[in-house]
Amino acid sequence: MIRTFRTALAAAAIVLAGALPALAQESPTLKKIKASGEISIGHREASVPFAFMDQAGKPQGYSVDLCLKIVDEVKKELNLPNLKVKFVAINAQTRIPLIANGTIDLECGSTTSNLTRAKQVDFLPVTFITGSKLLVKKGSGIKSLADMNGKRASVSSGTTNEKAFLAEVEKRKIKVETVMVKDHPQAMLNLESGRVDAYASDDVLLYGMISTAKDPGQWEVVGEFFSYDPYSLMIPRNDSEYRLLATRTISDLMRSGEMASIYNKWFNPGPTKINMPLSSDLKKAFEIQALPH
Amino acid sequence: MNYRWDWGILLKDPYFSWIASGFGWTCAVAILAWIIALSLGSVIGVMRTLPHPVPRAIGTAYVELFRNIPLLVQLFLWYFVVPEVLPREAGMFLKRGLPMPEFWTAVVCLGFYTGARVAEQVRAGINAIRSGQRQAALAMGLTLTQVYRYVLVPVSYRIIIPPLTSDFLGVFKNSSLALTIGVAELTARSRQIEEYTFQGIEAFATATVLYSVVTFAVMALMHMTEKRTRIPGLISLEAK
Repeated sequence: MIRTFRTALAAAAIVLAGALPALAQESPTLKKIKASGEISIGHREASVPFAFMDQAGKPQGYSVDLCLKIVDEVKKELNLPNLKVKFVAINAQTRIPLIANGTIDLECGSTTSNLTRAKQVDFLPVTFITGSKLLVKKGSGIKSLADMNGKRASVSSGTTNEKAFLAEVEKRKIKVETVMVKDHPQAMLNLESGRVDAYASDDVLLYGMISTAKDPGQWEVVGEFFSYDPYSLMIPRNDSEYRLLATRTISDLMRSGEMASIYNKWFNPGPTKINMPLSSDLKKAFEIQALPH
Repeated sequence: MNYRWDWGILLKDPYFSWIASGFGWTCAVAILAWIIALSLGSVIGVMRTLPHPVPRAIGTAYVELFRNIPLLVQLFLWYFVVPEVLPREAGMFLKRGLPMPEFWTAVVCLGFYTGARVAEQVRAGINAIRSGQRQAALAMGLTLTQVYRYVLVPVSYRIIIPPLTSDFLGVFKNSSLALTIGVAELTARSRQIEEYTFQGIEAFATATVLYSVVTFAVMALMHMTEKRTRIPGLISLEAK
């Protein structure tokens, strides 16, 4: 009896597996999404305007919009119009482990694509280009990194800015006391209380911080870029089918010009008045990455 | 989850020196905080057993204040709030004037918090001594200070060595919270290694081993102290 039951179960499993779309079988992520009826999106909480919280506490932003476009595509691909979207708050330290261990299926924040990270996660096409600069109080006398000798600076631990900043300080042989912080709000608190003189981060995020600061007129972003940071959304590694689907979505957005309008919605001038028109570099990047079908 | 193991990473620079310096900072925070905790806790603990109501009230207020607020909240209060409510000059000194302000903030915070716990142990130790001893000592003509100095405190310290061990271990473990205000101690360094190399399991496993080594050493030290200071016929260790 047990044996016949097992055989029947095996037969049923084979039939069911055959009935599923071929794609869902090959892609572990899509298979998981299909099985649970839910897609988990990791989002930053204060990366203005990439991923931040609205008044009601719902994540919103440029990266969040792009992620939702990918979710739409996943819905179509898996034929699951009622796919649930679960938002998971992440930070600079947790974003990579959570993608690597499968807690989140897609990360929408402000993550620099680099080769060390690519050992653990996969990056989609570049959706934003920025670089590291310093946020300082107006009238502080700091005009670039060279003026930081003997000063104190905050860096967010786990960011590419941290690495770039420490490397640059070493290269220039200047003495800067660095205080690690967990996120942008803590960095702002350190700046406001006068504990540090500067915060090193991506310039766009610094403008975002100014735009949401209590007194925006008090702050300025200074210096030349000391790192180059192309942003990408992250997905789990070793999943070519899912990667293809997501890349196609982004490429299509870039080709159709929808990417530029999503960009304008958040940056020009954007809900937080960040006021950064599409740069020629980023415009070129969109054109190059709009791969033909 | 496909994880790529690489234990060799921990021997490479700068990661090896990060772990080493992180371990050093952990020990520095914990030991300095313990010195504060032990001295402050002894004074407060004794105050709570004195016959006069004023020192008793002060002692009780201290213990209740520092024991009832979560340690992490206390850390943020010391770090973000205290410098702002002080006069401007003093606040700036705490924020910028001190060398390594984050380190000293963590030491003071942890010391005051653990001090409340030590005070409770000391009070319990003194109260555990039968009141006959105190009365006998007073009857012999010793002053109250002498009663504490020669009778109550020496005996109570011997009684409370085992519970004090837990607090001594706790101070090492709690020192990891210092990373939230930017002290680059062992846990912070392990996280940093994870962020740079994504070999988090190796880094945290090493941190675990180092924490265990230091806590075992503390346990051994306290056990030795207990053995060497015991008074035959007085302390429970004798019964073993």
